Amino acid sequence: MTLLLQVQGVTKRFGGLQALTQVTFDLPKGQILGLIGPNGAGKTTLFNTINGVYHPEEGRILFQGKDVTNKMPYHLAKMGMARTHQIVRPLNELTVRENVMVGACFGHENQSLGKAAKIADEVLEFVGISSRTDQLAGSLNVAQKKRLEMARSLASHPHLLLLDEVLAGLNPSEIDGMIQMVLGIRKQGITIIMIEHLMKAVMNVSDRILVLDYGEQIAEGSPKEIANHPKVIEAYLGDPKLAEQLMEDD
Amino acid sequence: MRNLQKYIGIILPLLVVAALMLYPTITGKAAARETAFTILKAIALASSLNILLGYTGYVSFGHIVFFGFGGYVGFYLLSSQGMSLWVSILAGGFSSGLLAFLLGKAILRLRGAYFALATIGVNEAMRAFINNFDLFGGPTGITLNFKAYLAYGGAAKALEMAFYVVGGLAILAILMSYIIRTSKFGLGLLAIRENEDAAEVMGVFAPDAKTWAYVLSAIIPGMIGVLFFFKNGNVEPHDAFPLHASIELLVMVMLGGQGTVLGPILGAFAYQGMRGYLVTSDFFKDIQLSVSGALLLIIVLFIPAGAVGWLRQRFPILRRVLA
Repeated sequence: MTLLLQVQGVTKRFGGLQALTQVTFDLPKGQILGLIGPNGAGKTTLFNTINGVYHPEEGRILFQGKDVTNKMPYHLAKMGMARTHQIVRPLNELTVRENVMVGACFGHENQSLGKAAKIADEVLEFVGISSRTDQLAGSLNVAQKKRLEMARSLASHPHLLLLDEVLAGLNPSEIDGMIQMVLGIRKQGITIIMIEHLMKAVMNVSDRILVLDYGEQIAEGSPKEIANHPKVIEAYLGDPKLAEQLMEDD
Repeated sequence: MRNLQKYIGIILPLLVVAALMLYPTITGKAAARETAFTILKAIALASSLNILLGYTGYVSFGHIVFFGFGGYVGFYLLSSQGMSLWVSILAGGFSSGLLAFLLGKAILRLRGAYFALATIGVNEAMRAFINNFDLFGGPTGITLNFKAYLAYGGAAKALEMAFYVVGGLAILAILMSYIIRTSKFGLGLLAIRENEDAAEVMGVFAPDAKTWAYVLSAIIPGMIGVLFFFKNGNVEPHDAFPLHASIELLVMVMLGGQGTVLGPILGAFAYQGMRGYLVTSDFFKDIQLSVSGALLLIIVLFIPAGAVGWLRQRFPILRRVLA
């Protein structure tokens, strides 16, 4: 089992705010790692640190065995890392196809324009917005823009895909579609880290789960272990003992 | 038919330039050549600025600095070092490109309004520098020895030749603009324009791409500068770095449609036509720059995409045709 990504003691501060404290985990090839935690726990900050938007104050990040701690996002994209954004970032004045072509052209495969257009059409078919190919990206609705983000990152044929709340704001049938899509991506051999608030989805899809709270890594394990972990229950539901005591009082 | 449709985006702009180059011969008037020269120069400059402004989304308020600086370097070689016009033009383009490269490394990390402000500062700083640079004649500038024209068959022949050279440079600027627009490099620039952070995450090396866009947008203005001062016979700091000319270039690009190949050409044409009318009219001749200012305001408020951009939005079918 080869390790695709190793995060070792990563700490990130913004002024006085401790956004990440000593986060450490390994991600083997082909797995789906779920990343959960309350709002403001540092999940997106961890993504930004992994893909080079931020640089950590302490710790190291290894991608495919190479130290990428101080690399820029475009270096990591060239090495085969792709991501989606929680708040979608479409290239509004470009067509949907052109948006996806950017991903294919500038990702680690460095495709030519002609090849990128072909890949774009395939990927748009896969994410189910092929009927919008020639529209401007700005004219899509939120669910379609999320699919576009997904298509752009997939078009680069990445080794590692970071998905930041791709389910947020979608209706139940859209969520089912998206979950099927994530499983389909894993089948293609792409390793995934996904941030998600929707517990049911994370529990079903992930091989392992990492829980962050106030920038600290409070638990890591299989979905089952996480569901019964006292610290996780505390972070999400409050103090479990207090809950038990209250029940006994009745 | 499909092939023709594919290339109409470049054929149409080139037809405009060809028509302008033939215009003086057809009318047979001396003044017509002067008018056409001004328009062709504007087309070349506006198309160059469009690479940075329209494709990359960076507003340069001081783009005329490349016209002035390249023009000065080339004109110095031409008049004081006795080099040929051709070598001087190439040297002018090269030195402007080099200046843009160095500036790009320094100020392209700034975004939005900060970059725009920095470009104004660069223009003014360069003007002040040249004003005090004795090699380039300081505030009085350099004047070309009339004999220099003899090498090109006398003054009359030299001026006629300058007209065709400016046409050639306009064609070069348009080809450059079109090739960039339809290339992978251009796609990266457009991505930067739309969202620089997202572009970087997708693997666009934004710092490098922006610098090269800046360099490519500076080369032709440098060459045009040399040719223009050659035609005028002299150069002064005042003529080389007029800030209002930078703003007029912005108006041309915005008017025609930023980010399109045809837009800056139509914009340059329309703006120079309007300007020609304004400066000769009794009422407008002193306030023609206010009219440009008002025009810019109206464009930004009501048709920010410019004429070609508006047409493309209104008639999506044109998106395939008008590059």
